[in-house]
Amino acid sequence: MSQASQTSPTAATLAAAPVAIECRAITKEFVNGDMVTPVLHGVDLELPAGEMGFLVGPSGCGKTTLISIIAGILTPTSGEVTVFGRDIQHLSAGQKTRFRRENVGFIFQQYNLLPALSAVENAAIPLIAAGRPYREATAAAAELLSRLDMGDHLKKQPRQLSGGQQQRVAVARALVHQPKLVVCDEPTAALDAHTGHRVLELLRAIAISPDRAVIVVTHDNRIFEFADRIAHMDDGRILDIERNGHQRNSGASAATQAATTRHGGSHHV
Amino acid sequence: MNRIALQMLLGDRAKYLGLIFGIMFATLLISQQTSIFVGILVRTAGQILDVYEADIWVMDPRVKFFEEIEPLPDTAVSRVRGVPGVKWGVPFFRGQVVARSTDGMLQQIMLLGIDDATLTGAPRKMIMGNLDDLRRPDSVIMDRDGFNFIWPDEEMKLGKVIELNDRRAEIVGFCETTPPFVTTPVVYSRYSNAMKYVPPRSKQLSYVLVKASDGQTPEELCKKITAQTGFAAYTWRQWAWKTVGYILARTGIPINFGITIALGFIVGSAIAGQTFYLFVVENLKQYGALKAIGVSNGRILLMVLLQALVVGVIGYSLGIGLAAMFFEFTGKNVPALRGFFLPWEVAAGAFVAIMTIVLLVSVFSVRKVLVVDPAIVFRG
Ligand SMILES: Nc1ncnc2c1ncn2[C@@H]1O[C@H](COP(=O)(O)OP(=O)(O)OP(=O)(O)O)[C@@H](O)[C@H]1O
Ligand SMILES: [Mg+2]
Repeated sequence: MSQASQTSPTAATLAAAPVAIECRAITKEFVNGDMVTPVLHGVDLELPAGEMGFLVGPSGCGKTTLISIIAGILTPTSGEVTVFGRDIQHLSAGQKTRFRRENVGFIFQQYNLLPALSAVENAAIPLIAAGRPYREATAAAAELLSRLDMGDHLKKQPRQLSGGQQQRVAVARALVHQPKLVVCDEPTAALDAHTGHRVLELLRAIAISPDRAVIVVTHDNRIFEFADRIAHMDDGRILDIERNGHQRNSGASAATQAATTRHGGSHHV
Repeated sequence: MNRIALQMLLGDRAKYLGLIFGIMFATLLISQQTSIFVGILVRTAGQILDVYEADIWVMDPRVKFFEEIEPLPDTAVSRVRGVPGVKWGVPFFRGQVVARSTDGMLQQIMLLGIDDATLTGAPRKMIMGNLDDLRRPDSVIMDRDGFNFIWPDEEMKLGKVIELNDRRAEIVGFCETTPPFVTTPVVYSRYSNAMKYVPPRSKQLSYVLVKASDGQTPEELCKKITAQTGFAAYTWRQWAWKTVGYILARTGIPINFGITIALGFIVGSAIAGQTFYLFVVENLKQYGALKAIGVSNGRILLMVLLQALVVGVIGYSLGIGLAAMFFEFTGKNVPALRGFFLPWEVAAGAFVAIMTIVLLVSVFSVRKVLVVDPAIVFRG
């Protein structure tokens, strides 16, 4: 069992924690009436702080389920999850909500922006939800959107924005409250290659720092070069985790090679 | 988050307007029908309430409501006057007569005969002419609506002559009365005059109106009158309620209105409820996203309640405004609905009813939001 799960989550240990995500023997079964669907069969996974980890694998293998557990949205059937030293599966529903509000940013394939709100208001939601005054929250959101080249679109509603622009609003929403962990599910699936690249670049630039981490579920091998490590998953298990030694600035060809080659071996690098 | 809730609401124009319309419609239907119902009930007792001078109505024990008369013997007046505690007692006649005019008109009217000496029970509000002219021979006073009903195209003017039971009656004044239950012209005459306008019968007296002496409660006096004379005696309040109660118990009116009011309720709640429910359910994914981001269930509940409150108040205001306008217009221009208005009690009741519907529906819809798995945000 992980040491981190026994550590009390004080601010000091959070800041010092070398490990962002630690999963031990996670299983998950969905129960609908009499029907039990086992989805995860003992997942071990570790992501150090300061890294961007990718989770890849065939459709239906349990990627979304796994990151939902890591983000504190679903509760595992068994196993241990710690996020920055915090043992999250034993939190109450209310504590989990608070944990997400304070520590997690989300980026979804479908963006999930509120259509009635402007770009800047959408991006400000996590701050507003945390009780920050509207003006302050929208000012912070506007600043971040400007860094994402969205300064000219602050007042537009989602339907007035392109897919890439909407996803940048979603990125801003995921980052505005400076969460320790950003969770992305297929963030580029609805975007063209260039736009997808840009989104990942921005994400790396803003969300990665020594005490923060990003986990990305994706099918999109065009963006594998952005990963620090890539966990391959199939049928509810992690097959292997490869360290992507060549980060995006080391050249696309190396990244592509790294992504397509499976090394096998230890799950913990 | 309140601001966000309101923007979510306003962002969906079509549904927002649909919601407001549904609630407005329900409010209008409920308040309008209830007001008419209340108005009709008041009308049934209108002639009783109009006789403000009397404390007590004395009648034959078999009489069940105002419009149904079982005459008393003429001696009843003096017998009632003989009861200790009676300050005064006067005769009062009520009957249906056919009126005929020189221009060939034939019309059933309600004839009220009031005490010759005191004119107790006379109309309170004269519009034209003088109440004292009623003391002239063969003179009557008619209510304005009655006149407009009989002669819709004529200007009101004094001196018009009608025939009641083949006897001449000159209209010497016009008054305003509470319109009767069945829309009939109301004609006032002195009691002795009224006796000439109806076919002779051995007993003619409808009621004895009584004033209690000082220091004598009307309820006590009623008991004494009944004990001493054998007649039924009620305070005006009891008698008005008895009449209303009879109408409620013996006619289809309450059932029909009950059905309409209930329909208004059901149709209105269905429209409002359905739209609000759809509004919430279609926003389920948005709420899911908010929950994933870390908005608590309590906050989401407050957001939905706020949305409900806003559409409820706006829809109610429009609906009650329309109902008020309806009565403002018909109360003046439609004789059958004259005097009908929107009692504030009805407006308040409609508000409570509408807010109850809206809050129930929102709590019902929000249940779906509260149990929604924020994991839905990850699904396409
Ligand atoms: N609430 C649920 N109830 C029952 N089964 C579920 C539920 N959610 C997911 N599953 C099942 O769990 C399995 C894994 O689902 P999951 O969404 O994690 O896959 P995924 O790897 O994200 O796939 P994709 O790449 O298509 O998004 C699937 O077979 C799915 O049908
Ligand atoms: Mg998925």
